Amino acid sequence: MSSSVETLVNKEYKYGFVTDIESDSAPKGLNEDIIRLISAKKGEPAWLLEWRLKAFRGWLKMTEPHNWPNIRYNPVDYQALRYYSAPRTVKPLGSLDEVDPKLLETYQKLGIPLTEQKLLAGVAVDAIFDSVSVGTTYKAKLAEAGVIFCSFGEAVREHPKLVRKYLGSVVPASDNFFAALNAAVFSDGSFVFVPRGVKCPMELSTYFRINAAETGQFERTLIVAEEGASVSYLEGCTAPKRDENQLHAAVVELVALDDASIKYSTVQNWYAGDEHGKGGIYNFVTKRGKCAGANSKISWTQVETGSAITWKYPSVILQGDNSVGEFYSVAVVNGMQQADTGTKMIHLGKNTRSTIVSKGISAGRGQNSYRGLVKVLPKAAGARNYTQCDSMLIGNRCGAHTFPYIDVQNSTASVEHEASTSKIGEDQIFYLKQRGLNTENAISMIVNGFCKEVFKELPMEFAVEAQKLLGVSLEGSVG
Amino acid sequence: MLEIRGLRANAGEKEILKGIDLTVNAGEVHAVMGPNGSGKSTLAQVLAGHPAYEVTSGEVLYEGKDLLDMDPEVRAQAGVFLAFQYPVEIPGISNAYFLRAAYNEIRKSKGLEEVDSMDFLDLLEDKLRLVEWGPEIMSRAVNSGFSGGEKKRNEILQMAVLEPKLAILDETDSGLDIDALRIVAGGVNALRRPENATIIVTHYQRLLNYIVPDQVHVLCGGRIVKSGGKDLALELEAKGYEWLEQEVGAAS
Repeated sequence: MSSSVETLVNKEYKYGFVTDIESDSAPKGLNEDIIRLISAKKGEPAWLLEWRLKAFRGWLKMTEPHNWPNIRYNPVDYQALRYYSAPRTVKPLGSLDEVDPKLLETYQKLGIPLTEQKLLAGVAVDAIFDSVSVGTTYKAKLAEAGVIFCSFGEAVREHPKLVRKYLGSVVPASDNFFAALNAAVFSDGSFVFVPRGVKCPMELSTYFRINAAETGQFERTLIVAEEGASVSYLEGCTAPKRDENQLHAAVVELVALDDASIKYSTVQNWYAGDEHGKGGIYNFVTKRGKCAGANSKISWTQVETGSAITWKYPSVILQGDNSVGEFYSVAVVNGMQQADTGTKMIHLGKNTRSTIVSKGISAGRGQNSYRGLVKVLPKAAGARNYTQCDSMLIGNRCGAHTFPYIDVQNSTASVEHEASTSKIGEDQIFYLKQRGLNTENAISMIVNGFCKEVFKELPMEFAVEAQKLLGVSLEGSVG
Repeated sequence: MLEIRGLRANAGEKEILKGIDLTVNAGEVHAVMGPNGSGKSTLAQVLAGHPAYEVTSGEVLYEGKDLLDMDPEVRAQAGVFLAFQYPVEIPGISNAYFLRAAYNEIRKSKGLEEVDSMDFLDLLEDKLRLVEWGPEIMSRAVNSGFSGGEKKRNEILQMAVLEPKLAILDETDSGLDIDALRIVAGGVNALRRPENATIIVTHYQRLLNYIVPDQVHVLCGGRIVKSGGKDLALELEAKGYEWLEQEVGAAS
């Protein structure tokens, strides 16, 4: 894996600002000049550069959240990272023979077609691959409906007013350490705008943009659904990504106006590091949605199986009256993985409702923490929350932790919290083995049953892949 | 079909089976009876390969092969079925999904094609009739929220679908009311074939009113202390186990 976050010589950036437009990447380190360089390379308007710089100045005064999350890792040397590199710094490989055989094995287990395996592994694919035509039909259909779906960079160029109106409106640049870092240096990402009254005619997926989007480690996504609009967005892919970057700090903002609904589904399966905990992605993500309008709805569904460290709390601000927030999560840790994940439901409007269903699975030496906040503010009369938080342990060396915070400031609110912890027992596995299933299939079946309430929230195809993925992630979890 | 010779097994440090010899031929039904703690369930679990037990000596031949050398799932694929005394719950997985997965694993091991869900439902119809159940049971999660009787019936349903060569019923009658007992016994009887064998592990004689065994063995203190025909079960019912325990105690 990349050595980019290993502590390299931390020297002052001594060359000053070199505007070498032709060069493919900026020198290591982070300062205002680098941010100007990023913005210039992307041809951004002045207001966006200012926004980035302001975020950076704020970030300098912030400290990395090291105390409260239940995760342990060596400090990241932010001056040792490279914050800009032109797309395609990853040199395409000549053929699948050059790809890590372990990665290929996983693709095969997931049943991914050969051409797609090549794409995912970063092997140059010849033009016959029909993603181009798929992409084109797809775009035409969306344009007909009036839906904008493009890269963030393109949105800045083509729809600057919309971007300016909503950027940072849910996750301000000053929100937290990682969100501020992202605001300062974000590379690219996705932009979705569904106009008033439009039901997006298809599920939107970054998958369709996989070869186009080298979104890099500081991805930024903004999804806006106007009055009465609805959209379902799928992020990620069940196949593990070949990735050179160890630190990922992404931001996702969702805005739902009156009667709008946004469903956001994620399957995250980044490199988790080897069995000794070496390498692996640090995934520090800020995801938040705002139910800005009355009767709006935002639903997060996540299946997190990858990354060495996950720090992620997809949240909903329930501002509009009668708005609905949902969070369905499966988080799996195996090997040396650590996850501190959960959600925040902030009830501001009247009769707002939220549902939290969290399933944490710990295997190997993994440590899994659920951290959730349900906050009901004084004006949120009649607010309701239901939280169900279940943990499953596989083996004796892993851990499950739960940190629920409940803060209710309105006496008419009702908040329910249920929690359970179970352990996959020898008897359960033996029962399935006695019926002819091998150990891996037995565990996979038990775990899939445990996660069923979350999987049924995923779009059909995604759910099937997620089930397979779970099996692959837990391989070798019982000795 | 099954030959057990000098089988000894421990649970942890404690020796439970102290030298079992038993031969079961195809077409036969054997009842293994005995007081609580005699090792009946341990014998059933050891034959199925439960990892909590350690075989310390002896051998078990199943169709001429070393059974103890096989993983539990390989034994299942080879036709050894254990109806559990305490069937395990698997929340979130439907009975239909589970049973089809098991059925297909066994088919795959024989080099046969997997059966899709539509064909499997057809196959289930007859089997459900055997245990007097409607199809709605198949969409419930495996044993989850099932009554004790329903769990036992579900074991018999699984046995009917998987069609084992050697079925071992571990205290399948315990906790059953008369109706459930009749249904369970009816299922077992319907599945009797000249090429199959059944071992019924039980404390009480009453199941044997419905399923007539060819041989009855009494297990005491980890050994088979007496074997006989079906009348032995009646004698045990009348006299209890004490007289045998005393007889064994006197002999040793």
